[in-house]
Amino acid sequence: MAMASEALSGGFSDAPRQSARAFRAALEAMARPGEMQQLADLAAAPAPVSPAAATLLLVLCDPETPVHLAGDHDRTEVRDWITFHCGAPLVGPGEAAFALGSWQALGDLGAYGLGTAEYPDRSATLIVEGMGGAPVTLRGPGIRDSRAAELPETAAFQRNAALFPLGLDFYFCDGARLWALPRTTKVTEAEAV
Amino acid sequence: MNAEQISGEYNFAYLDEQTKRMIRRALLKGLAIPGYQVPFASREMPMPYGWGTGGVQISAAILVPEDRFKVIDQGADDTTNAVSIRRFFEKVAQVETTEKTAEATVIQTRHRIPERDLHEGQVLVYQVPIPEPLRFLEPSEVETRKMHALEEYGLMHVKLYEDIARHGEIATSYAYPVKVEGRYVMDPSPIPKFDNPKLEMAGIQLFGAGREQRIYAIPPHTQVVSLDFEDYPFQRMKAPKCCDLCGAGESYLDEVITDDAGGRMYVCSDTDFCRERREAGHVGALGVAEDAA
Ligand SMILES: [Zn+2]
Repeated sequence: MAMASEALSGGFSDAPRQSARAFRAALEAMARPGEMQQLADLAAAPAPVSPAAATLLLVLCDPETPVHLAGDHDRTEVRDWITFHCGAPLVGPGEAAFALGSWQALGDLGAYGLGTAEYPDRSATLIVEGMGGAPVTLRGPGIRDSRAAELPETAAFQRNAALFPLGLDFYFCDGARLWALPRTTKVTEAEAV
Repeated sequence: MNAEQISGEYNFAYLDEQTKRMIRRALLKGLAIPGYQVPFASREMPMPYGWGTGGVQISAAILVPEDRFKVIDQGADDTTNAVSIRRFFEKVAQVETTEKTAEATVIQTRHRIPERDLHEGQVLVYQVPIPEPLRFLEPSEVETRKMHALEEYGLMHVKLYEDIARHGEIATSYAYPVKVEGRYVMDPSPIPKFDNPKLEMAGIQLFGAGREQRIYAIPPHTQVVSLDFEDYPFQRMKAPKCCDLCGAGESYLDEVITDDAGGRMYVCSDTDFCRERREAGHVGALGVAEDAA
């Protein structure tokens, strides 16, 4: 089957430098949970993949990182784009190093690899499309005191943090922006003002 | 290593993109699990292992063309090692370099934390010879990994307590072990324990051990506690002297032999800190005022 031309486009024209800038934003995001990062160098993948999520895939995924596509993201155009640009195998949630989809579609977090006691780094990173939700307060490494954010729910992230040092790490993407929530972040519902 | 000898085709920041991706993924997991040693497949660099290839690989994976890069070796910008690494990245990543801590965006270091507090947006990359704090107590990697998994750090406390029994104090003065965010015991690399309190900072700290193939990290504002005992609390310790050049009383000092007759002086190990103070008009006991000429 011939790939649509859409699958072949949307990469970087100067991959080494553009990847470096995009990664630096992803690094700052993971180091400062809840802090919004604006990406300047963007990849473009077929809908419904956001530019920020496409950029994360391009910068972090390759044949060594199985990727799971959830819900609407699991479509031929997206699969072809990932195959062409990243060469990452497409897998179910249990084997995924990275998973991409809306919060709803990503589903039960228990389906993803949490790492092991000896290798907690062998855990999945979830790239969540979309931002917003209920106001929460974040505390933990990377946050001076506390930081305000919005999450689609609270309990799932509290359960995840309770697994530390095991657990999942998250990026939330919208347009050209992203922020991160590692397993170390403690989430509480923001007090009503 | 001689930067001039590197020629021919090479990628931005020297490493190929696949290697950088692998290191970048390890860095992100390192930040998500502060103090935990993430294994990575270290690559050959055009310099020997003792030259900080772990730090160099991290710098290669994080540098962007817009960075201003500083390299220090025991606090100094002008040692052969520091100059070589600086020239290497000037050549392969075309980054600007600087000796000024305040102006650097990425600082690669061997054995010191700059005196000046780092701020948001700055990254400190450590060259690490032996990443495993339990290595001297337990030679087996399988065993130390198990000990970290089970949070079994009793042996480390026994070692520190033996120090106290033998010397009346904890004699470890470099690579003094810390506990990060109440979970992982971590080797801060051979920095003097004087620097340990500065491990809690606003900048991002990344640690790379090339030969041992480990990466670990401390995010900003992360709790880092030097191991100690209630009756023998951690003490920062420093020579009760001031810098002979700039008069600083709060900086980490190196003892320098000045002549064959055994003359000696104490100077800031952080050369940029010392320069900045002298330029601001501070003069030590053996210093010459900057504007005296
Ligand atoms: Zn001085």
